[in-house]
Amino acid sequence: MKYALFLGCTIPSRALNYELSTRKVAEVLGIELVDLDFGCCGFPLAAVDEIKAFALAAGNLSLAKKHNLPILALCSACAEALTKTETSLAEREDLSKRVNRLLKTRLGLEYRGGVSIKHFARFLYEDFGIDNLKKIIKRPLKGVKIANHYGCHYMRPSEVYQNFDDPLFPVSLDLLVEATGAENTNYKTKMECCGGAIAGMNENIAMKLAETKLDDLSKIEVDAMVVICPFCSIMYDKQQVLISEAEGKNFEIPVLYYPQLLGLALGIEPDELGFDLNATSVEKLLKKIGVEE
Amino acid sequence: MVTMTEKSIVVDVSELKSRFPRNVMKQPGGEAIQKCFQCAVCVANCPIRAIEAGYNPRRIIKMTLLGMKDRVLSEEFIWLCSVCFLCQERCPQEVRPPEVMNAIKNLAVKEGIIPPAINKLIEAFKENGRLYPIDEFAAEERDYMGLPKLSEKSNFVKKILEK
Repeated sequence: MKYALFLGCTIPSRALNYELSTRKVAEVLGIELVDLDFGCCGFPLAAVDEIKAFALAAGNLSLAKKHNLPILALCSACAEALTKTETSLAEREDLSKRVNRLLKTRLGLEYRGGVSIKHFARFLYEDFGIDNLKKIIKRPLKGVKIANHYGCHYMRPSEVYQNFDDPLFPVSLDLLVEATGAENTNYKTKMECCGGAIAGMNENIAMKLAETKLDDLSKIEVDAMVVICPFCSIMYDKQQVLISEAEGKNFEIPVLYYPQLLGLALGIEPDELGFDLNATSVEKLLKKIGVEE
Repeated sequence: MVTMTEKSIVVDVSELKSRFPRNVMKQPGGEAIQKCFQCAVCVANCPIRAIEAGYNPRRIIKMTLLGMKDRVLSEEFIWLCSVCFLCQERCPQEVRPPEVMNAIKNLAVKEGIIPPAINKLIEAFKENGRLYPIDEFAAEERDYMGLPKLSEKSNFVKKILEK
């Protein structure tokens, strides 16, 4: 199985632990990841100029098409922007014309569809399969209590994703966590947004949103939170330290990328999963699992 | 929660631009704005609204449909949508409020009404071709972790973004 890895803008400079753990996990699963010269997915620029945002996504898709590779994306916003472009251009001739005119004049490219795009978590759930994952678990994470955070763009809008998971009551990530042997915890604010998309516009609101969930999680006993998007991790892991300081709180909730959790369950050594880049200490969690950093 | 104390919209008929809602509809994402029947489901489950009581997508849509172009485009609130798509899933009329917000934001940018944070973002993309550059520090860190070398700047992004 060979895929083009779509890292986007944030991961290759700010979420190296996500990238590293994904590459290590992929190795164990026998998935070959190819690095193409991708650019921004377009998502951050949709507010500025939606047509140009579509063109950016289509430019990336045409590159994958040229290499005849399906895309695996790690950032949920990238997965959404690319999938939306694929479906929108296929459904709307007028839009496809406008986007292709821009592609043609600026880059000499054309995009007529035909690339499969999946978030890595969705790929594990739909294609690799939960049962197949369970079969290769070496270090079941028994007794580890996980609070899942789906985020927003991983399974919404449902019309873009053709309802591969429920947009309001999703299950895929819960099943993926259970496959590692860990235990899922349901909590009140599970489906809350991290606020990452407006952190640049209004930091106060974004931080307040993140704090709401951290507050909720501090009331119940969990060993870690699991995320699948770099923006969510920035809000809950990196900002957790700042929120704790600003509000005089002491959250200490480890925030893991799903491939980090899966990696542990697959028997990969912690130092190969980038834990030293997690902002909130994972020491207690690793101790509980019985591995040392 | 919609409170009764929320100020009603005072409409000055002379400021209405009947073309404005039609222009929003012409933008990608703005197509379905006319279907809004003001049920406020979008407000009821909006996470931003829960924190900032002044943020009200239903109100922004109503003001747009009335043609209150100048006030809508200069409204800070249009930039506060976190694009979580909860309202989009629950809207009974398939208006797609986050997409409508984008259409309105696109028009604001065309009129030159751009918040400083967004201007910074545009500059970063023009400079680096990505949101965050893979600078020397990041490149060293990548190398240390055994991650593959990636091109520092993405030129095709710049070409798309040129005027």
